[in-house]
Amino acid sequence: MTALVYVLAVIVGLAAGAVGVGGMLGIGMTWRLPALLPLGGVSLVLDPLAGVFLALVGFAAVPASLYALGDTRRTPRGRVAYLLFVGAMAVVPLAANALTFLLAWELMSLASYVLVMHDRESREAIRAGWVYAVMTHAGVVCLVVGMLLLGTWTGSFEVGAWRAAALAPGARNLVWTLLALGFAVKAGVIPLHVWLPLAHPAAPSHVSALMSGVMIKLGVYGLIRISLDWLGDGPAWWGTAILLAGAVSAVVGVLSAIVDRDLKRVLAFSSIENMGIILIGLGAGVLYHAAGLPALAVLGLTAALYHAVNHAAFKTLLFLGAGAVVHATGTRDMDALGGLIKRMPWTTACFLTGAVAIAALPPLNGFVSEWLTFQALLQNLLIERPGVNLVFALGIAALALTGGLAVACFVRVFGISFLAVPRSDASARAHETEVPPRLAMTMLAVACLALGLGATAVAPALARVGSELIGVVGSLALGDALTLDVSGNFASLSVPVVAVALTLAGLGIVGGLAITGRGRVRRYETWSCGRMLQTPRMEYTATAFANPFKRVFHFFYRPVEQIDIAAHPASRLFVQRIEYANPTRSLFDDWLYRPLLDSVHRSVRVVRVLQSGSANLYLAYILLALLVMLVFA
Amino acid sequence: MLRQLRAALRAGVVTEPGVATESAPLEVVGARLREEIHRRFKRSLHIRQVDAGSCNGCELEISGLTGPHYDFERFGLHLVASPRHADCLLVTGPVTLNMAEPLRRTWEATPDPKFVIAVGDCGRDGGIFRGSYAVVGGVSSVVPVDAIIAGCPPSPAALLAGLLAAIGRRP
Amino acid sequence: MIADLVGAVVQLALVSLGSPLLIGVVRTLKARLVGRRGPSPWQPYADLRKLLGKERVVSTTTSWIFAVTPTILAATMLVSALIVPLVISRPALGFAGNVIVLMYLFLIGTFFLALAGLDAGSAFGGMGGSREVAVAALAEPTIVLAVFALAMRAGTINLGGVVERVSTDPWVALAPGHLLAFAAFFIVMLAETGRLPVDNPATHLELTMIHEAMVLEYSGPDLALIEWAAAMKLFLFMSLLANLFFPWGVPTHASVTTLAVGAIVLAAKLAVLAGLLAVMETGVAKLRLFRVPELLAGSFALALLSVTSMFLLR
Ligand code: SF4
Repeated sequence: MTALVYVLAVIVGLAAGAVGVGGMLGIGMTWRLPALLPLGGVSLVLDPLAGVFLALVGFAAVPASLYALGDTRRTPRGRVAYLLFVGAMAVVPLAANALTFLLAWELMSLASYVLVMHDRESREAIRAGWVYAVMTHAGVVCLVVGMLLLGTWTGSFEVGAWRAAALAPGARNLVWTLLALGFAVKAGVIPLHVWLPLAHPAAPSHVSALMSGVMIKLGVYGLIRISLDWLGDGPAWWGTAILLAGAVSAVVGVLSAIVDRDLKRVLAFSSIENMGIILIGLGAGVLYHAAGLPALAVLGLTAALYHAVNHAAFKTLLFLGAGAVVHATGTRDMDALGGLIKRMPWTTACFLTGAVAIAALPPLNGFVSEWLTFQALLQNLLIERPGVNLVFALGIAALALTGGLAVACFVRVFGISFLAVPRSDASARAHETEVPPRLAMTMLAVACLALGLGATAVAPALARVGSELIGVVGSLALGDALTLDVSGNFASLSVPVVAVALTLAGLGIVGGLAITGRGRVRRYETWSCGRMLQTPRMEYTATAFANPFKRVFHFFYRPVEQIDIAAHPASRLFVQRIEYANPTRSLFDDWLYRPLLDSVHRSVRVVRVLQSGSANLYLAYILLALLVMLVFA
Repeated sequence: MLRQLRAALRAGVVTEPGVATESAPLEVVGARLREEIHRRFKRSLHIRQVDAGSCNGCELEISGLTGPHYDFERFGLHLVASPRHADCLLVTGPVTLNMAEPLRRTWEATPDPKFVIAVGDCGRDGGIFRGSYAVVGGVSSVVPVDAIIAGCPPSPAALLAGLLAAIGRRP
Repeated sequence: MIADLVGAVVQLALVSLGSPLLIGVVRTLKARLVGRRGPSPWQPYADLRKLLGKERVVSTTTSWIFAVTPTILAATMLVSALIVPLVISRPALGFAGNVIVLMYLFLIGTFFLALAGLDAGSAFGGMGGSREVAVAALAEPTIVLAVFALAMRAGTINLGGVVERVSTDPWVALAPGHLLAFAAFFIVMLAETGRLPVDNPATHLELTMIHEAMVLEYSGPDLALIEWAAAMKLFLFMSLLANLFFPWGVPTHASVTTLAVGAIVLAAKLAVLAGLLAVMETGVAKLRLFRVPELLAGSFALALLSVTSMFLLR
């Protein structure tokens, strides 16, 4: 039965992927069932942009469901929710009126809420589910209000009518702000991200993979729609807002990822980072669009879409890999892992591919989209406004810093979790996963490689989607089959050539060494200054690895050092036990959410005076209300 | 910074030309030393210094080698941070009981071809510590020694002359 | 086509064979500045030759990551040698990547070297790796902004284009924005190639090490590859500095004479920069590790200043 559900999910995924690719290539479709529901009924339209995201949902659902197939014993709960989750995600990009969209959106949120809460015994999961539910619904409220306003002002709940309507600037800005807030919550934009690092680790791994890989992308989808499509041409500040939000999310996301010890939470924070990178590209696109530079707008949008696709590939891969590790060792704490490369070689190789891809190292896919984003940002001089240029310069710096920190982050994740000696018995007894999960991970690893090497095929296809959306006539030339040329001769990149050159250079070096060097290898213990005892406790830990970052960015982390030394009763010189902890404090909890919640509590306490519990008082209220109504009637 | 540079430029090179050779500071123990070591390490020798319980007198003299006066780097000699990088272990001290095992491990950790020079009277046979209950006595009782530079402590000039003799390089 | 091929071979040869000499020259100059006679500039070649003939001692805890890292590291440098304009403004692989590609190629090396440091399971390797990635990450924004400042003038970010554009108008090289960017890039070069005051290439104390701590486990030919790659990285960074900011005399088309002239000009520029580096390294003390970010933040400020000056003075 369980297996059947996941096989069904694979089929749904494949179908959605195929339809999505069709949509991307320009096959338009419309389904309307006006009678089914009030307010316009169900209305689905397939256009190129919807196609991209539909394909994303489909192709990510295939490996995730495949992974779940190998693991059916462990996920008894949430089969139906999973299927609903995948289905709802597939409907969101197609939805072409407010009601369809909101229904699918809510269904997606509810289904994922159930999946986050799959382990109803654990306090952590319950808290995660609670925060997730509250934040998501705050977002949904924004969306509902925004769409209702839009519907009232344009007189229609159909997307097509929104495009045609010319709203007053004030109204448009208000609607955009509301909808953008709603989508930003889903996209995990800082500071609306608090649910994400809680909910993603709590869900089962194949669900985390889909949540991080696809669901949060639908927030980006919404932002693209409102900024470039539904609301017509917007003012420049939309772009500025998106770009800055992206820059902050990217840097804060990766900074939070770099100090966390929980394998899955690191990946969740890194999703925030990557959403930031996508939004930087999108923001640049919107800014160029507002400045009347459609070709560059398409470039920015292409970079954003490309990164969205890439992130879906490698983040799904990494979450599945993390799932395999958690399954094998029973822990998510990196300081209890280590040495998995010898015990789980297959998983390790796949995870490494994902790590290299997400660290944006050539020739894998993450690099291509980051490169495109850079090229989009670097041409900002064509907008002749120093203020805007400065925003771009900050975006460039943030992107570069993020790139560097992402490398550091994934050196840490991979190096600590997979290399050297196991730090715990659980890690020492780990075993490789079953065949279906391995197959799923391999598929994704191959996808990472293909999306990197095939950049000259993927980028123009996505650029076509972008130019369709923005309405640029004629297609955008992006080089030939081997080289990606950006904006004439502004910049060029050939991933296959770099890959081949690297391979040849590597082979040359190996060959050269075979001729000149002596091949003799002797294995001996690790050099540790001749120390007698070399135990795993002497390894560098994830905590230690993060220390330079904690010190450099201490204004952000605000770490608290807690040292607890228990001395022997005889003398304090004989130390029995030292405990050291160096936790960081969340800026957003302390400065945003805590004050917010406190003020809510305070106002609630005031209101509580009314609710005494006495029936007489309530009767008095009724009387009072009646009197007031009579007076005003 | 500028003042310092000016001083350096005014002083010029203060390294003594050549080495004031003392009489045969190097006692060769193994027979293999000459050919193989001369062939491989004449132009470049990376040295890992191991203190196997010395009084630090020898270290003081060894560190004199790196200064401007003796400047042993001009002969391609270089002190390195890890035995993995080394060609030669320069061992001082009478090898205390506690340092015997670390010394052996250091020797194991050094990639072949390698050789060992025992420095100081202590390194040769325990020196003034010979017979103590706390020492093993002489480097050669733990790892194979190829050459010895004796003295208590040997002067930097003697050390330099000994090292150069070991790799077959004329001063 | 043939000329391009020759150009590629010349570039490859210059970097792969010339880089140890550059390191040797810097060392000799530094020795002279402190009153030592110092090793011969050719010393690094003897060191490398000797290392190639030794055996490898490999830790029992390591995996294939440790084994492939030296090759990956050296390969990224060789590929970079075909991207950086050294003796010709548009080298063979110039079309395949621009400066962003170059930075990420260097990051590949950093990534794997840091992993290899962790792979042995000793505290030193992890410590070095963590510090190395921290420094690399903090240097990244400066590099990109400095290059952005140059690209703004040139209207392209392909290295060849930047070089050609600036060389058509030689006085651009002395514009304030340009000089600020140069200063920023110079500091970053010190950090990226592990020179003083960020990292002391001659230190023996594990606790102060950055680069050296990661490679403590390597021996024999592996170590030779890593030292060679480090030398190439210095060579490439210094050439980049020389040719991007002062692109005078970089030929735009390949022929025997232009290549020869290009090589001579490059050698002269590198000699000047090597002198500058030696003086710098003699004059400053190593910074405490946690002061390094301040230095890098300073270089970032310079780069940002350079970019803003370009906005305002365009
Ligand atoms: S030989 Fe002399 S100076 Fe050297 S360690 Fe022994 S006692 Fe000290």
